[in-house]
Amino acid sequence: MKYIDEYRDERLVHSLAAQIARRATRPWNLMEICGGQTHTIMRYGLDELLPAGIRLVHGPGCPVCVTPLETVDKAIEIASRPGLIFVSYGDMLRVPGSRLDLFRVKAAGGDVRIVYSPMEAVKLARAHPDRPVVFFGIGFETTAPANAMAVWEARRQGLENFSMLISHVLVPPAIRLLLGSPRNVVQGFIAPGHVCTVMGYRDYVALCRDFYVPMVVGGFEPADLLEAVRMLVAQLEDGRAEVENQYVRSVSYEGNLPAQRIMESVFEVCDRKWRGIGVIPRSGLRLRPEYAAHNAEQVFAVGEISAEEPAECISAEVLQGLKRPTDCPAFGRACTPENPMGAPMVSAEGACAAYYHYRRHSVAEAGVC
Amino acid sequence: MLTLTCPVPLAAGDRVLLGHGSGGKLSADLIRDVILPAFHNPVLARLDDQAIVNINGLRLAFTTDTFVVKPLFFPGGDIGSLAVHGTINDLAMGGAQPLFLSAAFIIEEGFAMEELRRVVESLQRAAADAGVQVVTGDTKVVEKGSGDGMFINTSGLGLVANGMVLSAGQARPGDRVLLSGPIGDHGIAILARREGLEFEGALESDSAPLHTLVAAMLATGAAIRCLRDPTRGGVSSTLNEFAVQAQVGIEIDERAIPVHEAVKGACELLGLDPLYVANEGKLVAIVAPADAGRVLAAMRQHPLGQEAQMIGTVTAAHPRLVTMRTLVGPTRIVDLLAGDQLPRIC
Repeated sequence: MKYIDEYRDERLVHSLAAQIARRATRPWNLMEICGGQTHTIMRYGLDELLPAGIRLVHGPGCPVCVTPLETVDKAIEIASRPGLIFVSYGDMLRVPGSRLDLFRVKAAGGDVRIVYSPMEAVKLARAHPDRPVVFFGIGFETTAPANAMAVWEARRQGLENFSMLISHVLVPPAIRLLLGSPRNVVQGFIAPGHVCTVMGYRDYVALCRDFYVPMVVGGFEPADLLEAVRMLVAQLEDGRAEVENQYVRSVSYEGNLPAQRIMESVFEVCDRKWRGIGVIPRSGLRLRPEYAAHNAEQVFAVGEISAEEPAECISAEVLQGLKRPTDCPAFGRACTPENPMGAPMVSAEGACAAYYHYRRHSVAEAGVC
Repeated sequence: MLTLTCPVPLAAGDRVLLGHGSGGKLSADLIRDVILPAFHNPVLARLDDQAIVNINGLRLAFTTDTFVVKPLFFPGGDIGSLAVHGTINDLAMGGAQPLFLSAAFIIEEGFAMEELRRVVESLQRAAADAGVQVVTGDTKVVEKGSGDGMFINTSGLGLVANGMVLSAGQARPGDRVLLSGPIGDHGIAILARREGLEFEGALESDSAPLHTLVAAMLATGAAIRCLRDPTRGGVSSTLNEFAVQAQVGIEIDERAIPVHEAVKGACELLGLDPLYVANEGKLVAIVAPADAGRVLAAMRQHPLGQEAQMIGTVTAAHPRLVTMRTLVGPTRIVDLLAGDQLPRIC
């Protein structure tokens, strides 16, 4: 398939790995931000192709994983109401809240539906004018434009029964937090290609300047990721710290301006809690006041629901790249995808689930599990 | 000492979830914990696609399957033809010659008579084309809202030759894994139709009766250990079942697994892995190494096996685990999913 197969070419991938091995003279810790990139790395075993000193640290870029427990609880509370249609992307349904998950709400009679686009939720709201329709709007800058468009469209059509429970998060403030931490071990970043497709990479230039850390905007196929690693290693070995764009077939400096405009018109920046990390200032998006009628948190008065997230949970350290999933004594034993203890074991993009699904055998051989 | 105070895991046992019907780990748990303890007997315990019972020296294959597909009509078939093919295939995977079917219809009040006729005609045509007869049946009508249009159950009876034993437990290290053609067609065709997704290229269910393909494979006289049609849960679930039942490891090669371009594209877009997508006209065979080439050649001679491939090997290493050499070289696990495969957010 065009635009896919050439980036999964075995010879190209091995040639990139060999170039990295030739260039690297010392160990480097690199972080891929996005869960989609973590997924590719684990699915293809790319880390096994790298020289021993080049360590890939998995970042907090799994939108399912960082959605706070209390937001999941709010979703469950809303979805449990009789007559209501609760609409979500598929992988949010299995995320455990404090007591339930959305699959169990569905099994208990809740009308919970999986869609592929928020516009389908708008269609449902039009088709069922007598029933409240709530869309669970989560994700990074990648899903934000489509969610913004859905709210904008619902208002344009006067669909008073449509609302959105929003927990949008933004990548650059999270990178800033990681880089500012005294425990930070990351020396170079693979910036998230899909987020940058929407937002451009202006913000990453500022991060690079403030912290003098190399950043390469990377794609999601095996050759993309190894090329991004090669570019980062070259910068680090040269003592440079610049923003480079590996994913040129999708990302421009300015990004997708119409998408940014619709986000800007519907959302505003706010402080946001990240599961496992805590509140990061100005790291989220919420609806602007003029869209209050479509804000599910207000419509259903669930703003007060809160849930205590334990500070000791290792998922916090996994999400910040301080620990590997296999460092957790519960990994693969008490904590599995069927019975996830923490969010990174739930989503296919979560670091723990990626290790569990794709790498259990090597972990077992190494005697960890 | 690290204290783990993550969210408490949710007990899986309080209610039946949709995931219990996915063909993944939850389905396996349901069968192990609820069904098997109640009906424990040696025939059932083999957990093959069909039961093979001996009546006065006559070996009969017996199976049943219920069809709840939505939409009822889809590119490449409908619930009627599917109900015939699915049950014939479960018989065929035991090496049986399918002979008789039952058909039971659970119909929701208000269902269009015209559609019912179409389904019945399709079922009849599929049975006639496959050379089996529907010899008994049942109809039930449930109140509006108590069923989803229509469900069909079919049971099947077939005849198994003496000496013919195909069972997952027979796989042994060194055996080869054969796949009869491109995977994921049925699941993606259904998904695309149900969700109104349009993709370039034709997406059509592969629904087909496999008994003549099986007959051609068996006619080679090769040492075929076991056969299974990778329906719900896809090829990954079938291979995992083999690995567990035979206590062996299985290693497959991603480069050898055929997937149609349209299916590949749809899976890329939706974040799905074709290894977990349902098929209704494919089979996976475990064959002794010396005979694998011969069986593969016979499969490719048959219209339903033209694109057959050797996709892997049974191994003594990592028993109960399926691994895959990825496109770019390293090896990863091909796991059994807990429930249904969920589309990823981004």
